[in-house]
Amino acid sequence: MSATLSLTVNGKAVSATIDPRTLLVDFLRQNLGLTGVHVGCDTAQCGACTVHLDGRAVKSCNVLAMQAAGAKVLTIEGLATDGELHPMQAAFRECHGLQCGFCTPGMVMSALDLCARHPHADEATIRAELEGNLCRCTGYHNIVKAVKQGAAAMGQEARHGGE
Amino acid sequence: MGANDKGVIGERVLRKEDARFLTGTGQYTDDVTLPHQAYATFLRSPHAHATIRGIDTASAAKAPGVLAVYTAADLKGVNGLPCGWLITGTDGKPMNEPPHPVLASGKVRYVGDPVAVVVAESITQAKDAAEMIEVDYDVLPAVVNPVDALKAGAPQIHAEAPGNKCYTWALGDKAAVDAAFAKAAHVTKIDIVNNRLIPNAIEPRAANAAYNAADDAYTLYVTSQNPHVERLLMTAFVLGLPEHKVRVIAPDVGGGFGSKIYLYPEETALVWAAKHVRRPIKWVAERSESFLADAHGRDHVTHAELALDKDGKFLALKVQTTAAMGAYLSTFASCIPTILYATLLAGQYTTPAIWCEVTAAFTNTAPVDAYRGAGRPEATYVVERIVHQAAVEMKIAQDDIRRRNFVRTFPYQTPVALLYDIGDYDACLDEAMRIADVKGFAARRDASAKQGKLRGLGYASYIEACGLAPSNIAGALGARAGLFEAGEVRVNPTGSVSVFTGSHSHGQGHETTFAQVVAARLGIPVENVDVVHGDTGRIPFGMGTYGSRSLSVGGTAIVKALDKVVAKGKKIAAHLLEAAESDIEFADGKFTVAGTDRSKAFGEVALAAYVPHNYPLDKLEPGLDETAFYDPTNFTFPAGTHICEVEIDPETGVVKVDRFSACDDFGNIINPMIVEGQVHGGVAQGIGQALLENCVYDRATGQLLTGSLMDYALPRADDLPSFEVATKVTPCTHNPLGAKGCGEAGAIGAPAALMNAVLDAMAARGIQHFDMPATPHRVWSALNAQRS
Repeated sequence: MSATLSLTVNGKAVSATIDPRTLLVDFLRQNLGLTGVHVGCDTAQCGACTVHLDGRAVKSCNVLAMQAAGAKVLTIEGLATDGELHPMQAAFRECHGLQCGFCTPGMVMSALDLCARHPHADEATIRAELEGNLCRCTGYHNIVKAVKQGAAAMGQEARHGGE
Repeated sequence: MGANDKGVIGERVLRKEDARFLTGTGQYTDDVTLPHQAYATFLRSPHAHATIRGIDTASAAKAPGVLAVYTAADLKGVNGLPCGWLITGTDGKPMNEPPHPVLASGKVRYVGDPVAVVVAESITQAKDAAEMIEVDYDVLPAVVNPVDALKAGAPQIHAEAPGNKCYTWALGDKAAVDAAFAKAAHVTKIDIVNNRLIPNAIEPRAANAAYNAADDAYTLYVTSQNPHVERLLMTAFVLGLPEHKVRVIAPDVGGGFGSKIYLYPEETALVWAAKHVRRPIKWVAERSESFLADAHGRDHVTHAELALDKDGKFLALKVQTTAAMGAYLSTFASCIPTILYATLLAGQYTTPAIWCEVTAAFTNTAPVDAYRGAGRPEATYVVERIVHQAAVEMKIAQDDIRRRNFVRTFPYQTPVALLYDIGDYDACLDEAMRIADVKGFAARRDASAKQGKLRGLGYASYIEACGLAPSNIAGALGARAGLFEAGEVRVNPTGSVSVFTGSHSHGQGHETTFAQVVAARLGIPVENVDVVHGDTGRIPFGMGTYGSRSLSVGGTAIVKALDKVVAKGKKIAAHLLEAAESDIEFADGKFTVAGTDRSKAFGEVALAAYVPHNYPLDKLEPGLDETAFYDPTNFTFPAGTHICEVEIDPETGVVKVDRFSACDDFGNIINPMIVEGQVHGGVAQGIGQALLENCVYDRATGQLLTGSLMDYALPRADDLPSFEVATKVTPCTHNPLGAKGCGEAGAIGAPAALMNAVLDAMAARGIQHFDMPATPHRVWSALNAQRS
């Protein structure tokens, strides 16, 4: 059995014929080669596969690719523009918010979703909101710092953009 | 930051590796897909202990897409997986070392033991086919607890290990210890369990093995912390392949924490099968498989006694530990609860007599091996828990009892074989107390009490031994491998530098730290240095990364290679400058004739080495490419004090880690940002052990009850506070970097600090004993058992 799927991924229109059981994460990794989307568990706990589906953070291991039909998907690969890191990516780098890098794409995508909903999140809010993303390397200390700094940078950019 | 100066050492240089990780362009093993890729899955035992009466693979072999199905019967000529450390018991006999087959042979010995491998066109087809394999099991009684395993009448796991005993081993002077206890003013006794842990690097283990018939050679991509060791063990001991015909590549690796040191059955089976199937074969563990089949950590049961004089001076320490090995001996399993444990029992103290006896037991569980800290967290937990308890019993302040016993004269020979070269334990304790605001604790405790909460403060003054060495002494103690590291510094003709290291980075940031070391020495920008690791086809033979050794051992190998580069550069410069070699000085990237302004830049010398038109060809080879191997003369001894402050809600049993403060002495620091990150991560894992994590096997059936991230609680962002970290520096005396290592300290200090804080808080309710993890249910139960 196969089904046809059309969607937009990182700003590009994509069409494919797939097994309808295909998970979104497998479609992104295997069909599109977007291997920045990582698989860290099999119970939707670790969040390494987090992408944005129509602007909302989802765990792509828990979504069928067919559920993304017609939608806009944004992955870590679609964040930087013209080789320049997104302010949140830059903040992770500047705050040493990553070590092995495996949870990082999901963490950054969750952080962006968090900031969209809580532009001025305090530490407690950031920690609570990151509950769905596991990191085994950093102890979250520098991730929390990075999210704060990234949010501030995004706020500044938005203000500049509005001027 | 001006990179072109020595200031690059000690700078918070941002990591070179981050650009790829932040943009999704890192390349982890699962990201490697080869032409004509096939996929494998392992059929694993559902039973903890059973005899295999037969395996029928016929229908699986005929299933759609299946390329091959293999069981132990097919692996003719394939040996078992070796153990890298021979422990000799107190009876003078070598440890019992039963075979560790690649695929279970005759018997299965833990839930998850691999029984068959299915190779198919797709992973779905492989999994579908694996379900069609019929294994006829005769289920046997199982034993999962190491103390139970040693009891008379326990189920026998291996014919080669009567009574399930691997060894009984001891260290120290028992007679001296007994004599000290006889004259002690006070004796403190504790019984503690060091809970079993599952490492859970966020990247699951994975492998992709390919065979190339044209040159009869293999390539293995694998999640490994030490690709050369992996290759040596696999080729020379298990598969009987020529070492040079196998290239092992450990690309970006998503965390290790010890669990990716070992040679595992899965990648070994894949390499063997790749030649038979003539297709590259990929296997990626699902998280459930990681729980079942990654090497676990800890799992000790210990009785300890500390003898003190009337002033609280430690007279002697006596420790008896039962340690689980799991069903088979993993690569370094045997040395963890012995060489890396008992030797650390002096801690930071002058305890004159110590005796430790360890019995290692086989159990029907996944193999147990090194997990972040590996033996040293277990030792610290024993020492710091018993010191805490002694202070409580003798009514001595926790900092005071430690100060009364600190080692202050170096070098210091402990009664358990180690020679501490340097340290300043008072400095770390003072600073930890300052950043923890210990002075304000009493007021905070009162404030908590007003709200019906229990607040406690706990100390852990830990020591660790890192950079395991030297090889000849380790060899005398049973090591079956060398413990050196290798580094190659290849200066390119244009003056940029490629460094090839045997160390492996899987989060530690070597690409940056090592580049800082090279840039500082050669006076070139950090950007001009690339660090290559993780590929046996490119790097010299090295031992990889474990035991916080990368900078102190791997970094030193690079420094030694740099010495050779500079020495040769001086010869070349002397020729170019028409001066005597002895008059050439090298500093700030320039070779200068001493006392003159005549100089040649490093880049000019590099170019001359590769375009040797004006060059002393009669005396000197062209090129500027040097390799060094470094075998340390001693361990390094990072040490520090961690202080944890918790608040317990007795109504719910929830333990909130309110403050965690660490002051560590890692010797000289190259990149403080990276060092702090290592401490944060280690502390989080230590807090995880003490607060949340617990691997539980059902005692009756041997089933793993904590087999997913929904049952086994990894710390999440909202379980942890932000940390206060500081460092003090006493440079290591025996390596040129003065570095000691920082990777494991957090995981070593944190569990004892946290549990001492929990006990301090619960002391108000008369509780003096409590085992990890301090989960709400366990804490609530303890408080309420006391109440009733």
